[in-house]
Amino acid sequence: MHKLKAFLSDDKNQNRLIPFLSIILGFLVGAIIMVISGYNPLAAYSKLLQGAGLYGNLRRFGETLVLMTPLTLTGLAVAFGMRTGLFNIGASGQMLMGGFAAIAVGLLVDLPKVIHLPLAVLVAVAAGALWGMLPGILKSKFNIHEVVSTIMMNWIAVWTVYYFVPTYMMGKYNTESAAIPDTASLRFEWLTNLFNGSSINFGLLLALASALLIWWVLEKTTFGYELKAVGFNRDAAKYAGIKVNRNVVLSMMISGALAGLAGATFYIGYTDNIKIGELPSLGFDGIAVALLGLNTPLGVVLSALLFGIMNAGKGFMQAATGVPNELVQIIIAVIIFFAAATQLIKRWLRYFARNEKKEKANGGEA
Amino acid sequence: MEYTIEMLGIRKEFPGIVANDNVTLQVKSGEIHALLGENGAGKSTLMSILFGMYQPEAGSIKVNGKEVTISNPNVANELGIGMVHQHFKLVEVFTVTENIILGMEPTKGIVLDKQIAAKRIQELSDQYGLMVDPDALIQDISVGMQQRVEILKMLYRNADILIFDEPTAVLTPQEIEELMHIMERLKAEGKSIILITHKLKEIKAVADRCTILRKGKYIATVDVAPTPEHEMARLMVGREVNFKVEKGPAHPGAVVLEVEGLEVSDNRKLKAVKGLNLEVKAGEIFGIAGIDGNGQAELVEAITGLRPINAGKVMLGGNDITHMSIRNKTEKGIGYIPEDRHKFGLVLDYTLAENLVLQNYYLPPFSKNGILNHDEIEKYAERLIDEFDVRSGQGPSTPARSMSGGNQQKAIIAREVDRSPALLIASQPTRGLDVGAIEYIHKRLIAERDKGKAVLLISFELDEILNVSDRIGVIYEGQIVNVSDADKTNENELGLLMAGSKKGGEANA
Ligand SMILES: Nc1ncnc2c1ncn2[C@@H]1O[C@H](COP(=O)(O)OP(=O)(O)OP(=O)(O)O)[C@@H](O)[C@H]1O
Ligand SMILES: [Mg+2]
Repeated sequence: MHKLKAFLSDDKNQNRLIPFLSIILGFLVGAIIMVISGYNPLAAYSKLLQGAGLYGNLRRFGETLVLMTPLTLTGLAVAFGMRTGLFNIGASGQMLMGGFAAIAVGLLVDLPKVIHLPLAVLVAVAAGALWGMLPGILKSKFNIHEVVSTIMMNWIAVWTVYYFVPTYMMGKYNTESAAIPDTASLRFEWLTNLFNGSSINFGLLLALASALLIWWVLEKTTFGYELKAVGFNRDAAKYAGIKVNRNVVLSMMISGALAGLAGATFYIGYTDNIKIGELPSLGFDGIAVALLGLNTPLGVVLSALLFGIMNAGKGFMQAATGVPNELVQIIIAVIIFFAAATQLIKRWLRYFARNEKKEKANGGEA
Repeated sequence: MEYTIEMLGIRKEFPGIVANDNVTLQVKSGEIHALLGENGAGKSTLMSILFGMYQPEAGSIKVNGKEVTISNPNVANELGIGMVHQHFKLVEVFTVTENIILGMEPTKGIVLDKQIAAKRIQELSDQYGLMVDPDALIQDISVGMQQRVEILKMLYRNADILIFDEPTAVLTPQEIEELMHIMERLKAEGKSIILITHKLKEIKAVADRCTILRKGKYIATVDVAPTPEHEMARLMVGREVNFKVEKGPAHPGAVVLEVEGLEVSDNRKLKAVKGLNLEVKAGEIFGIAGIDGNGQAELVEAITGLRPINAGKVMLGGNDITHMSIRNKTEKGIGYIPEDRHKFGLVLDYTLAENLVLQNYYLPPFSKNGILNHDEIEKYAERLIDEFDVRSGQGPSTPARSMSGGNQQKAIIAREVDRSPALLIASQPTRGLDVGAIEYIHKRLIAERDKGKAVLLISFELDEILNVSDRIGVIYEGQIVNVSDADKTNENELGLLMAGSKKGGEANA
């Protein structure tokens, strides 16, 4: 008990516990709502997990991973920004530009898959990086806050797609592009077969590899050391001779590149074409993923998986138990609420730790 | 015996360290009670407990004889306890009045009540001789004035027990003098005061009693009047402390730093350094004496590259470094202990080890081909921690933020001194350090000198300037107005020069 108390009163441990507590609280609130509305929460949650393929259905689990893939990358984009002191709220626009660029490469050039696919992916990454670079430059040169400029860039991305897709890559309707040929697709037949025909694609491996790479950069390299120093304390970074402005630009570029890659996994891995007039909400969801994942790569992967499970399983839950799938949205909202309300949860934890201690003191005297 | 505050058997643990171990503090009503202890002894922690920011693991607190639980600062306020933190918590763009009523705004008829508040603040200010203008903006007033606003904030909330955590560390000698008077005034009006300071002189000047802590443990409570300074120091450190700085004669060599006609602006784009000339030689400690705001900060930031230079030249070892990047200057041999340790000196969210390699993380053995070698970094950190006696809960992996103020300072000094740069610039290096640590740091500065390095020392404390320096330059309104040998001048003469009353002929050595 004493150990538990000591564990709970350490600030670092509190921070690590918060995501897990938030998730538990989210599901509790969901359960309460279901009970009030006359549903059986245990049955519903069981179906949710089953729908996400956690009971061994590979095809369903494949869909979970598909949903997780771009979220991992947008989550990483946001988390990387946060760790380096930037609030990249433009992951959506960067993702859209990445996807647009990948689709363009997919439709406008004709190459064998070994070249075509990597080229499409690389161009997507570059497009995302470019879309992140501009706000980075605006910030470092003119001190324009990235929240403002990345939101602007989101809309520029939307209208860029709006103009170019119908003009140069129109598909069946003028609201969307044609479908990319298989040579530019992140899907592979063997992978599809492995997961019993799910739409899982190679993007998952790219996402996981990116998480690993970002972790390595942030924790193991001098570059990561500099980026984090700039994020934590610009003055001290400057004092240490670190080029603050250059690092801000690089950091935004890397963040954008990750979002651009998310665009590739989504548009040439999942939808196969791109629609006009739409800003992918996955970029904004990345903020929630990063928040719940405490801005660490591993945390991001895990929380993207959770979001993937919830979104993949909700349809099955609704079909099997009648619980409306919007409930999942409520649960996610509650989880995010508690994850953001860290101070509130910390106060509860401290309160808990204190009572523990009182009990112990009383017990000791008796 | 009438105690207004009793903290009995207080225990507080942090990861890896017992910050307070069965500590007792008894403050009499209407006294000024000093709290003395080495860096990391647990003074701030004890006061944070009294102010409700931390909960103790054991022990009890009594206020005016009644046992209380202070679960947060609001409870402390209600009990009449107020605290001036070392880093003020004021909103820059608000007025004095707005800052003081923040969090307890009058609820009806805002305009009218703000006036009432301003009036009451004026009354309080007059009553205690604080001379604060209720309508001034915080950003326009000096640090000393801001501190008084913090004092007024406590008084406005009817606090009777006032906690000051190292209030004098950020003040100039003149402001310290004034603060001492204010404290005596507060005491005369019946307030009880707990004062944390490392300066024994200040304790001697105002405190009635003094409680001494060492390494988290209670050592003694003494009456200040009959206890000599060296006795207090001995109780606190556990050994005799040598106040006299031991140093042999300097053997100055070639000129290392040469500043010529330097012009630099301050943050408001006003000229702060106006055609300044300066020479520091190898093997000497050159002290700069001056009243705060005469261009010291701008001068130093210009030399180190943190601030752009408008005109003039800076030479290091014969090379023109005027417009070099900070990194290049550092590599050419400049080390810098900055005045503002939280702004420039540390990345508070990094660990102690990470902070100790802030200037050389990119060099071997700390990294190779851009990849950090955490083992080497940790080994290096352990050596510095040991050598400079940097105390913390978890050694190299302690988050810098959780370290005590003085130990943060020691970490910065360790980092800069250990690199043994050709020119070491030390700005208020011993601010917030205990007497034992000061003794050690002075020794290290002198050792650098004896190794043939140039040391530029900036300090508001004339004692320090006189004791440590070999030559002393007085800075006044952005110029060095006089240079003299340390053993051929004295406090009086320097004081006059600093006030600008005598321009001893542009002695630009
Ligand atoms: N929030 C915290 N988390 C972890 N350790 C802490 C925290 N606050 C203080 N400590 C540790 O407790 C010890 C006592 O710190 P404290 O700040 O009370 O010292 P202090 O006596 O005020 O020293 P100084 O004179 O340097 O200000 C230090 O070793 C410090 O590292
Ligand atoms: Mg302290």
